[in-house]
Amino acid sequence: MHFSAYMVNNITMIKNKENIIEVKDLVKKFGNFYANDHLTFEVKKGEIFGFLGANGAGKTTAIRILSGLSYPTSGDVMVAGFDVYKEREKVKKNIGYMSQKFSLYEDLTVKENIRFYGGIYGLSNKYIKEKTESMLERLKMKDIQHSLIGSLPLGWKQKIAFSVAIFHNPKIVFLDEPTGGVDPITRRDFWEMIYEASNNGITVFVTTHYMDEAEYCDRVSIMDRGKIEGLDTPGGLKKRFKSNNMDEVFLKIAR
Amino acid sequence: MIKQTKHIIKVNQLRKSYEKVEAVKGVSFSVSNGELFGLIGPDGAGKTSIFRILTTLMFPTDGNVSMMDLDVVKDYRFIRNNLGYMPQRFSLYQDLSVEENLAFFARIFGTTIEENYDLIKDIYIQIEPFKKRLAGQLSGGMKQKLALSCALIHSPEILILDEPTTGVDAVSRKEFWEMLIRLKEKGITILVSTPYMDEANMCDRVALIQNGEIMSIDTPAKIIDDFGRKLWAVKSDNIYQLILDLKKMESVDTVFPFGEYLHITSKADEFNEERLISDLEKVGHSNIRIQQIKANIEDCFMQLMQ
Amino acid sequence: MKRFLGFVKKEFHHIFRDYRTMLILFGMPIAQILIFGYVVSNEITDVKIGIYDKSKDDITHEITNKITSSGFFILHENLNSDKEIEQAFKKGIIREVIVFEPNFAEKLHRDGTASVQIIADASDANTANIVTNYTKGIISSYMKNELMAQGYPYEIIPEVRMLYNNELKGVYMFVPGTMALILMLVSAMMTSISIAREKEMGTMEVLLVSPLRPLPIVIGKVIPYMVLSFINAVVIIALSYFVFAMPIQGNLVFLLLETLLFIFMALSLGILISTVSESQMVAMFISMFALMLPTMLLSGFIFPIENMPKVLQWISSIMPARYFIVIVKNIMIKGSGIGVIWKETLVVAGMTILFLIVSIKKFKVRLE
Repeated sequence: MHFSAYMVNNITMIKNKENIIEVKDLVKKFGNFYANDHLTFEVKKGEIFGFLGANGAGKTTAIRILSGLSYPTSGDVMVAGFDVYKEREKVKKNIGYMSQKFSLYEDLTVKENIRFYGGIYGLSNKYIKEKTESMLERLKMKDIQHSLIGSLPLGWKQKIAFSVAIFHNPKIVFLDEPTGGVDPITRRDFWEMIYEASNNGITVFVTTHYMDEAEYCDRVSIMDRGKIEGLDTPGGLKKRFKSNNMDEVFLKIAR
Repeated sequence: MIKQTKHIIKVNQLRKSYEKVEAVKGVSFSVSNGELFGLIGPDGAGKTSIFRILTTLMFPTDGNVSMMDLDVVKDYRFIRNNLGYMPQRFSLYQDLSVEENLAFFARIFGTTIEENYDLIKDIYIQIEPFKKRLAGQLSGGMKQKLALSCALIHSPEILILDEPTTGVDAVSRKEFWEMLIRLKEKGITILVSTPYMDEANMCDRVALIQNGEIMSIDTPAKIIDDFGRKLWAVKSDNIYQLILDLKKMESVDTVFPFGEYLHITSKADEFNEERLISDLEKVGHSNIRIQQIKANIEDCFMQLMQ
Repeated sequence: MKRFLGFVKKEFHHIFRDYRTMLILFGMPIAQILIFGYVVSNEITDVKIGIYDKSKDDITHEITNKITSSGFFILHENLNSDKEIEQAFKKGIIREVIVFEPNFAEKLHRDGTASVQIIADASDANTANIVTNYTKGIISSYMKNELMAQGYPYEIIPEVRMLYNNELKGVYMFVPGTMALILMLVSAMMTSISIAREKEMGTMEVLLVSPLRPLPIVIGKVIPYMVLSFINAVVIIALSYFVFAMPIQGNLVFLLLETLLFIFMALSLGILISTVSESQMVAMFISMFALMLPTMLLSGFIFPIENMPKVLQWISSIMPARYFIVIVKNIMIKGSGIGVIWKETLVVAGMTILFLIVSIKKFKVRLE
């Protein structure tokens, strides 16, 4: 396998690619409070897009809108080529979602969890069977396929949860703090899985509190009080805010 | 550096088993008076079990633990009086206001807000404008400040904080650590746990813990010195491909993504940097940069894990 | 003491700020009483009756007229033999039969007394009770207004006989039953949930680490619910007295004291439940299935205990509510004092002490 030949420059490649998420003037109001105050951005196909911000900056609200869980107050939002106002069901079919809190059923086995989620997305039994095999192979978890999820270490659960979130080959996967509390090596394994998914054309939309992880993203948006205050490659942001690392960038924006 | 050397917390060969698992497997450490001590490790490392034993909420399965020279099993009542504790995910009473929460905790410790106001002033002043607001309606950072105020209101000798910064944004985390350092200056001994490796640098000493065992205890600087290997940072225009290609190379030992770079070690503990660059260029990488760097706590942690 | 008062104050804050708790606390008892009260409404109209007049004289005719013209009763059939009475009831149309003894007027004139038998179908005990009371009322007002007013010192003695359920089980059972249910719910369920909530939220950890000892924590948790339960009990008694005209024959203070005892019992049960449940969900389920359902089904509240299979009868004897229902019924309806219900009182007191001891033993100063 030789990606290198055509993956010479990830960034320029992405620039030429189609937009998978397009958000224009997105507003979400709760009473008089602007949780999302005129957000405008787009995410390219296959991009790893970091969505950062302080607690309460409006990240969760925006993710809920993008994943079709709530309606915007106003603005245009297209996800995976569908309008979130009119085609919510199609949006949902084409995205995957994983969060730190909700991942898998603790009292089902690894295999049962996979089967269940495959079933939700209406995949054929044959597909589920084959994909489960290759997935367990990739995760090196064949031996534990009949173990209850609850008995596994957190890092393993999170890896399985991610694999399950992309099981139906979604166009976009939303990851809400996927690596919280996970040990550093597993965290890196996890990011390698993210890279791999992105390489296979899945767009990754990720939030994190680990600032070093922001550097792994192709582009990063930083929100503060409902607005996007910075959106660029990590390098671009560091340059603009005259900072050595993303931690400093974040502090300059959010403080 | 540390004014007194007296050990206010002593843990010797502590073990804790639950029905199926052994959560703590023979852990020993001690904390000096006035020290800011960090217990650093991922979820499931055994941090919470250790803290619950220290706070007298659980019995140790085996081993000796003393706080202020008192035994955590026998003298738990006295220890409890002199302890400030913030459990993991501590959420206060959501349906009480900021002021009511604080007043309640002051009351049950037999004191008043006024009596120890000095201690919490720096922290409380930031949330005072919202004192009539219900705790459930505060932002994450403010909740944390209130929780810390509540844990401090009786002027404890030892403050034990179980993952106070988990799930909190980088700004609030930074502010929280600044508060802890100010408290340390007031002479309070602080024991804090965190899964964020970068926070180790804020502590006087840290214990790196994984799977119920302490892998290393020392000052952060000393732990970094003990890394004992050479470490390089590498990057190119295609990071993912770089990971895959480096992992294939004979000479390369470990490859870990680290921010915009990859941190790599060599099996021979030496790289011919030019050779490496040309090898990488051959397989199509561009804009390759490589430099030798100093390890950080996370590098150390990962090395110790292996 | 200050610590303790602070704790109680906090507990009241929790209760008053949660509208669901408030709804359960105050909406429930009122709704329950009204629902039960409605179901067993004491308004009757057009009840079909039969009359077996063995005398057929002026006075029996007059009384019959009074009864049928009262608007409450409709004369369905005239009966001519004792055998017909039973047949009439078995058809299920008539609810009451009035039997005048032979030579009614003559006896009245000669002896000054005559008796009338009122037989009611008590399978619906409540209706039977009301119907017979109405009949008695009409007869006695006839006696007072018509006979005595004319200067005759005559007395008509109504003899009430209940068919099929001669002890009138079920009448007014809803008040004691509802009281037991509500007090059980408020005291036991709410206390156990509120303690479990502290465990769930992590605040229990902080309380345990504080100098507060377990006993004040528990008592502090319990006091607000005790106060509220007591208010509830008073509301229920007042509602049943003023709205449904349930009598309170016995001593009210004694009744309230017995109620307080039952509340204590329920609270200690609540604490016991909380010691074994780690979350609000568990506390809720245990309260529901271990307390609510048995209290409703096995205490004699809805189904008479005598009709239950033996096994259920044994189980019912460990239901605290069973004894409380007997106590309340006796005090309210029969006006009994401690002399009659000392056994039941002792059982409830014994259960209270038992639950308290077990829960204090089980309440941990630690998390495991």
